[in-house]
Amino acid sequence: MPFNSTVGDYQTVATLETFGFLPPFTQDEIYDQIAYIIAQGWSPLVEHVHPSRSMVTYWSYWKLPFFGEKDLGVIVNELEACHRAYPDHHVRLVGYDAYTQSQGACFVVFEGR
Amino acid sequence: MSKKYDAGVKEYRDTYWTPDYVPLDTDLLACFKCTGQEGVPKEEVAAAVAAESSTGTWSTVWSELLTDLDFYKGRCYRIEDVPGDKESFYAFIAYPLDLFEEGSITNVLTSLVGNVFGFKALRHLRLEDIRFPIAFIKTCGGPPNGIVVERDRMNKYGRPLLGCTIKPKLGLSGKNYGRVVYECLRGGLDFTKDDENINSQPFQRWQNRFEFVAEAVRTSQEETGEKKGHYLNCTANTPEEMYERAEFAKELGQPIIMHDYITGGFTANTGLAKWCRKNGMLLHIHRAMHAVIDRHPKHGIHFRVLAKCLRLSGGDQLHTGTVVGKLEGDRQTTLGYIDQLRESFVPEDRSRGNFFDQDWGSMPGVFAVASGGIHVWHMPALVAIFGDDSVLQFGGGTHGHPWGSAAGAAANRVALEACVKARNAGREIEREGRDILTEAAKHSPELAIALETWKEIKFEFDTVDKLDVH
Repeated sequence: MPFNSTVGDYQTVATLETFGFLPPFTQDEIYDQIAYIIAQGWSPLVEHVHPSRSMVTYWSYWKLPFFGEKDLGVIVNELEACHRAYPDHHVRLVGYDAYTQSQGACFVVFEGR
Repeated sequence: MSKKYDAGVKEYRDTYWTPDYVPLDTDLLACFKCTGQEGVPKEEVAAAVAAESSTGTWSTVWSELLTDLDFYKGRCYRIEDVPGDKESFYAFIAYPLDLFEEGSITNVLTSLVGNVFGFKALRHLRLEDIRFPIAFIKTCGGPPNGIVVERDRMNKYGRPLLGCTIKPKLGLSGKNYGRVVYECLRGGLDFTKDDENINSQPFQRWQNRFEFVAEAVRTSQEETGEKKGHYLNCTANTPEEMYERAEFAKELGQPIIMHDYITGGFTANTGLAKWCRKNGMLLHIHRAMHAVIDRHPKHGIHFRVLAKCLRLSGGDQLHTGTVVGKLEGDRQTTLGYIDQLRESFVPEDRSRGNFFDQDWGSMPGVFAVASGGIHVWHMPALVAIFGDDSVLQFGGGTHGHPWGSAAGAAANRVALEACVKARNAGREIEREGRDILTEAAKHSPELAIALETWKEIKFEFDTVDKLDVH
């Protein structure tokens, strides 16, 4: 958009932490992030929760963390399976790092309504 | 074997220059850059530094013979040339572990950088690095929480954290101050920060500030659905007042407080870090006065030493400079001491200014805070230099946005996330920075305006203190 010096109104947005300020990712962009998680040696993990409870610490695991999974296609299928099973839930992808016991990556892939 | 008392003045090097000594794993090792008075031999200068920072005094005294001074003395075991500098040299000194009280950084510094810095045989003296033995490290409390716990508490993963100091730094009432906090946090920042010189002044007493800030944090959390915090500065005139402020922050349900560890002092800092561990509070550390001590290349204490000392004394975040902003700091040196804050083992690497292998054992890591004169155009470089375990803080780069602080915050958040996304996708974010930011601005009018506002700003002065290169 062209530069405009008049003051605009910034509207507060409800967001879901990392990548919450970017437009929804395309399928290719999601693949890039999954590939990054796998390349770092982290275990992919899918979690979901009802939007009314998005601020709780513990979202539900989808199955278990996919320890040692290197196949990008498997993770894509699991994300989609979780979304089909819980269509109204937020679904997020975590890159779980067992060495630090932290998450090297974490972002919401499907936003529930 | 007992010795005889021989009164008088001996040369230091007879006792304290021991080139055959092999340092023990339990020794505390130090590297000093020494510049002696003309005509004084290097060995004598180096031995004098070892003596005056450990057991020695200028004259032999009878009471030395009541103990085994060879067991307690510091020893200079190596001298090295400083590349490109004929008048100075490095002296490596080993101190036995028993010279220091367990867990006391105050005690270590009182010895190593005490009287010796005023010693007449020296023109300049600079403490370049300390190798803390793991045996000493295990006696220190260290960061109250550390990087991993802080991420879990704040629910921030896979990216640097984003913060901002409230401006103007002095002169706002408590309610107005809380308004600025609210604007920044609703715009997408994770943290806001009290300026270091905000304590409890007549225009804004601390209790009033804490209450309004707590409301701003709570409201912004409710509206955005994200975890937020504000570093409530608890630095105070007395330890009692410091703890009173910390207790009140906890009572208000706040996640993080702040302390200035050099002006406040190591004793206060270590005490507050202990309190934070016990009370589940995060601790942000400011470093006012550091440049007085660390900027001169031949005199004082290098910041890597002050950073190591902070990790041991305790703090979850420490300011490290920005490399790219308005304040001093070259890239390799900064990377060198950032490693000291965050890694569990840092190898000797002179190209980063690290003079020793440093084993941190299980000591938690400290977030590196980059703050001071940075704006959205710096974002790609900052993400590349500092990585995820950092807090990037934009003061003027947030509040100076033509639409105000909330829009400025959003611009920074969009820029940060665009850089992280691009990095993860394998792009070289420093080289492609302009494209990445320009693409992101297509979806964010706030970012587009920020890019336009700060397009001309550069801070290109050479650093005063550089690494001694070969």
